[in-house]
Amino acid sequence: MAASAAAISQSGSLRGSPLSRLPDRALRIVLTALAVAILTLIAFFFIRLYVEARPAFARFGVFGFTFNNDWDVSRNVFGALPLVVGTLITAAVALIIGVPVAIAAALFVTELCPRRARGPLTIMLDLLAAVPSVVYGLWGVFVLIPKLKPAEQWVTDKLHFIPFIGGASVAGPNYFIGGLILAIMILPIVSAITREVMATVPADHKEAALALGATRWEMIRTAILPYSRAGITGAAMLGLGRAIGETIAVTLVIGNAPRIGSHLFDQGYTLAAVIANEFGEAANNPIHRAALIAAGLVLFVLTLLVNAAARVFINRRTALA
Amino acid sequence: MTVSLSTHAETPLEQKRRFEHGGTTMAAGHRVSLKNLSAWYEDQHAVKGVDLDFEPNKVTAIIGPSGCGKSTLLRCINRMHEEIPGTRVEGEVLLDDQALYSDAVDVTAVRRAIGMVFQKPNPFPTMSIFDNVAAGPRLSGTKGGDLRERVERSLRSAALWDEVKDRLNQPGIGLSGGQQQRLCIARAISVEPEVVLMDEPASALDPASTLRIEELVEELKTRYTIVIVTHNMQQAARASDTTAFMLDGELIEAGPTEKIFTKPDDERTERYVSGKFG
Repeated sequence: MAASAAAISQSGSLRGSPLSRLPDRALRIVLTALAVAILTLIAFFFIRLYVEARPAFARFGVFGFTFNNDWDVSRNVFGALPLVVGTLITAAVALIIGVPVAIAAALFVTELCPRRARGPLTIMLDLLAAVPSVVYGLWGVFVLIPKLKPAEQWVTDKLHFIPFIGGASVAGPNYFIGGLILAIMILPIVSAITREVMATVPADHKEAALALGATRWEMIRTAILPYSRAGITGAAMLGLGRAIGETIAVTLVIGNAPRIGSHLFDQGYTLAAVIANEFGEAANNPIHRAALIAAGLVLFVLTLLVNAAARVFINRRTALA
Repeated sequence: MTVSLSTHAETPLEQKRRFEHGGTTMAAGHRVSLKNLSAWYEDQHAVKGVDLDFEPNKVTAIIGPSGCGKSTLLRCINRMHEEIPGTRVEGEVLLDDQALYSDAVDVTAVRRAIGMVFQKPNPFPTMSIFDNVAAGPRLSGTKGGDLRERVERSLRSAALWDEVKDRLNQPGIGLSGGQQQRLCIARAISVEPEVVLMDEPASALDPASTLRIEELVEELKTRYTIVIVTHNMQQAARASDTTAFMLDGELIEAGPTEKIFTKPDDERTERYVSGKFG
């Protein structure tokens, strides 16, 4: 107090010198520039993609390109529907398998496991995110595909009455294996966000449930899950975003067949995988190249839509709380 | 007359007794006794060897300065204390003649028999008024008309029915603070407990709402044994039949409320109730 009074009397006024305000001003300019640069980059990226993809869109039409079920490089015909479908199937499988496991893991870490095990478990779960995706892909090729094939065949035989799942002859690489790999890959992020959301459930609500004579599971169902539902949905959407965009691991296990597979255990293709695989050979074929970039644009839009949906869910949650 | 606390299914006779209890007739209440009860947080000895009886159909107030262990003591009665990691309880809590900390006792049954109302109104935020009250009965499988009847009876007992009967489907957190706390009381008695514990139930409320809660406590004691923790001495004087004074984890003195507030035996009680410390 005395020191600042002395500083004021020394400078003679309460106004700081222009020099003393400089760091704040510089900081603001630098941060603003960086923020603008990021937005510009995204905009430029989008425009550039569109320009490069235009020959494909001009030949097949935006809707024709996206929704035609015919991708044939030899005839120079490019309709991306098999890729879009493959992307959606693998991502859906990833969510169906990955999200329940992620929620279970988050519940275990926040509510059930001994306090001492909490830290190490969390770190291990997060470490799943540090494994390079190509390693997941190779593991899928050399372990999952051969080891799971009999099990997949058993399931499809037993469930022969369910369309799309039952009565198939299992191909080695297939949609299901791709989705399974993706499920493991989205597990860390979905689980981490779910964990954070669950940690914000007020102790008040948990105790209210317990004081009514709820068991631990009933407490989770009464107090924790309803409170975290929106947050978990947001987490799942972010996981979905990741699953849609994942490239290398899926490319290795999806089978790379540019057609809509007839069942869950059939070979297929995804948008990201087709770009990774065909870009080299497309160098000398402008329309092929344009089609691949257009596929990238479709992927980009799909991811944007999913992320926007996640935002909406999370915001609604915040508004509610 | 005993309350069933073990995991075995209720016999029809036990069930009948319990339902008679939930009715509006004056019922024989249940006594809670603490025998040399001690509680710890990690190494901190928060409740030190307390012996105390809570009489049936009476309101017992526990008073004392902040941090004297009165809330901890309360949370030992329905075994909520053990929900906090690193805590420990020694000694005995008896409901009539059943030891609540014995191995054969199911902790969820203890909490159904001994309901609790918290300091801050804490209705489940995602649930409607109806669902908040129905949450407890639903846990034990009550549904349909029985459930609606139970919810109405609980809300009536909590003096809230007339205010909310036309908007049972609206969120519980849309109510005022005082209404929310009465909703929490309705929720606590919806599982038809024998004893109701209240942890400073009016400390977050305005004076008018506080009075309503106190009136409600007066009504509820015809059916339940009530233990109320409060740091508001006027409230203890107004609302309770018996008062217990705690200091530093020890029970200093317990007796008829009038006696505690007019001529207590212990000099520390005297100084506390006359506002000289705390």
